[in-house]
Amino acid sequence: MHSNRQPRLVPILAASALAALAAMGGCGKSSTDPNARVGDLPVDAAFAKKLQEKLLDAKPGSVIEIPAGHYHLDRGLSLRVNGVTIRGAGMEQTILSFRDQVAGPEGLLAQASDFTIEGLTIEDTKGDALKINSGENITIRGVRVRWTDGPKTTNGAYGLYPVKTKNVLIEDSQSFGAADAGIYVGQSKNVIVRGCRAEQNVAGIEIENTIDADVHDNVATGNTGGILVFNMPNLSQPGHSTRVFHNKVDANNLGNFGAKGTAVASVPAGSGVVINSNSLVEVFDNDVTANATANVIISSYFSTGYFNTRGVQPNYDPYPRGIHVHDNRFSGGGDSPDGMDLKVLKTAMFGLNGRFPDVLWDGYVDTARADVPEERICVDATASGVLNADGPHKYKDPKVVTDAVRCKLAPLSPVTLTPAGAASAATA
Amino acid sequence: MRLNLVLAPALCLLAALAGCSRAPAPVNFVEQGKPEHLSEWHLLNVADGRLAPNAGVLPYDLVTPLFSDYAHKLRTVWMPKGVSAIYTADKAFDFPVGTVLTKTFYYPRAGGPDAVLETYDAEPGAPAAGLDLSRVHLVETRVLVRRADGWTVLPYVWNADQSEADLERTGDEKALTLVDAQGHGQKFTYVVPNENQCASCHVTNLKGGEFTPLGPKARNLNRTLAYADGPSNQIARWVKAGFLTGVPAGELPRAADWRDARQPLADRARSYLDVNCAHCHQAGGTASNTSLRLDSLGPTDWSLGLCKPSVAAGKGTGDRIHDIVPGKPDDSILPYRLASTEGGVMMPELGRSTVHQEGVQLIRDWIAAMPGHCQDTTPQKD
Repeated sequence: MHSNRQPRLVPILAASALAALAAMGGCGKSSTDPNARVGDLPVDAAFAKKLQEKLLDAKPGSVIEIPAGHYHLDRGLSLRVNGVTIRGAGMEQTILSFRDQVAGPEGLLAQASDFTIEGLTIEDTKGDALKINSGENITIRGVRVRWTDGPKTTNGAYGLYPVKTKNVLIEDSQSFGAADAGIYVGQSKNVIVRGCRAEQNVAGIEIENTIDADVHDNVATGNTGGILVFNMPNLSQPGHSTRVFHNKVDANNLGNFGAKGTAVASVPAGSGVVINSNSLVEVFDNDVTANATANVIISSYFSTGYFNTRGVQPNYDPYPRGIHVHDNRFSGGGDSPDGMDLKVLKTAMFGLNGRFPDVLWDGYVDTARADVPEERICVDATASGVLNADGPHKYKDPKVVTDAVRCKLAPLSPVTLTPAGAASAATA
Repeated sequence: MRLNLVLAPALCLLAALAGCSRAPAPVNFVEQGKPEHLSEWHLLNVADGRLAPNAGVLPYDLVTPLFSDYAHKLRTVWMPKGVSAIYTADKAFDFPVGTVLTKTFYYPRAGGPDAVLETYDAEPGAPAAGLDLSRVHLVETRVLVRRADGWTVLPYVWNADQSEADLERTGDEKALTLVDAQGHGQKFTYVVPNENQCASCHVTNLKGGEFTPLGPKARNLNRTLAYADGPSNQIARWVKAGFLTGVPAGELPRAADWRDARQPLADRARSYLDVNCAHCHQAGGTASNTSLRLDSLGPTDWSLGLCKPSVAAGKGTGDRIHDIVPGKPDDSILPYRLASTEGGVMMPELGRSTVHQEGVQLIRDWIAAMPGHCQDTTPQKD
């Protein structure tokens, strides 16, 4: 069985591929030049009240349209009704600004199933921009979130943030400037993130403690880390089975501006694809380029510096298992790693002008299960090599292990959304 | 669905017994819809310069209350004749259809239209005799009504002359100045939550959870209150009033009073966290994605935050690694977030715009007194 690289929904993929292409081509609307900030516009109190009323009065099947306009709100919006669609006139046309927010740290907090939000921008929220806390059949389409002052530690943590959700489609959406992860899916099941753009976030796209995710045809560039697949301790479920394919992961070299103590604060600037403590991750058919620490990092929670026996649930599995990196197009990167340890390591092993190979592995192994074939780390020859940095011994005995990890793992199954990413009022 | 109107005569009688000069209309259990004005419920009467519970409406108080920008709260419970709540040990009582709870948020006035006092001193006669309207600034009254299809919340905001409160489903903001004992004024925005925000605390179970009252739990009601006819234990009084059945014999659970220095520090801190945080931070609660459990029934381990690395705090870590570092409040995320008023940092996320200094101090003292450390980083599985 070869993995299925064909799009399941051809028209949508075509559209997202075009969006990705347009983004890669660097066309006009660059994130680094966001629309002028709202400044000191008065709060649109009547608009905010009316919109929140619509959210309170919504019924399954309701479509709440937000016309074009740049609206200034000072309190977070919230939705608790299933089967609702919120639709703006487009991310360039309908903009909800929370610059002077006094309450409700999110821009929009939804606790609802069969929920669709599309065609609008949420900006400058004090907390997370769009949080969806539990729920099934979630579609986020053509939504942009951003912090217009650029990357700042005081920005909201997450941009697009479904957590504890099931059947999630995030497509053709964008995040700029999140102080944690721009597009973040946590503790969820059955997830597709495609055709999105993440830039100037600490983590561009992050899949955390999630089961069955496809992350494809996205662009992650200019973040601290491009695409992250993590398993953190103490959470409701350990994640596994994520496919990261046909993405562009370029030059994620932004200095880490996450607050210390967050998981992403442990990510070195210059990280392309990062897999931490997760299992069954397949990374293929991506363009991964010019990420200055390493194009791919495979690591354990032990390397984050947050592990302690008292604060971490004893049954937590901190090892990456069953990681398959193959058929990617790599170039550049690894030439200017972040952090003194890695700088010293790079210079010692590869010289001042040398570079790390494409895959940097911290070397933590569950020795009891080191011989289980399906739990191996496998990297093919499209990567320039694999460095075991010997994290367990403080980088004392690093070695290139390219040949030792030349193996293959069975391809993972594609994610199928049921229903196919569409909010269905009938199930409400 | 049609049980309220027949009760009117009985309540008139009660009102007469209470010695009202002119008998106010009896409590109106509005079975559906959203009355525009608080007065339509006849729960609280504005008369003779006072706001007072109507006849048959029982005031109550909690052992440890939720902090709400130093607001004082006048709480009441009312049930139709012939029905009563069923006692439960840990959760809010199981209230019958027809129950109406109110909570009026107010401040003692500090002089000036929007200046209010930061004080723990109770108003004279409150809550049994109601409030002297010349002394207090009324902000809002939240009505929680148990209807056939579950609980409904209705936030009413008081008008300037304190004669009526109007329904504001989308919430409101009030610019106030909080004046402390030294006379220092602190401007803040009192935020009245919208209906959904009410639910974000009152729906305590993330998956298919129902709206539930938070305060009236056995452990938090189990205290003495000065009623009009003398002091009584509140639970005993609810039984006597016909509001509660199924109370077991023997000692009932009792939360620690967070302000009572004679009670153990850890109990006071846990009680404070239980009331202020656990509506979200409990097993299955809306903040269960963080795995931080702050209810007083939870275990004393990593899930209480001990040495627990943050999950989704973002800037809320304040560059700290663990929720609680034993012995080190300054290194702990928990008091950092309690001491903040910045959106995205502050906890609780809703319901306050100021810092509860005394609450923060309690949590800091509790952490400072904890033994141990978070430094054992030897991997167990290697």
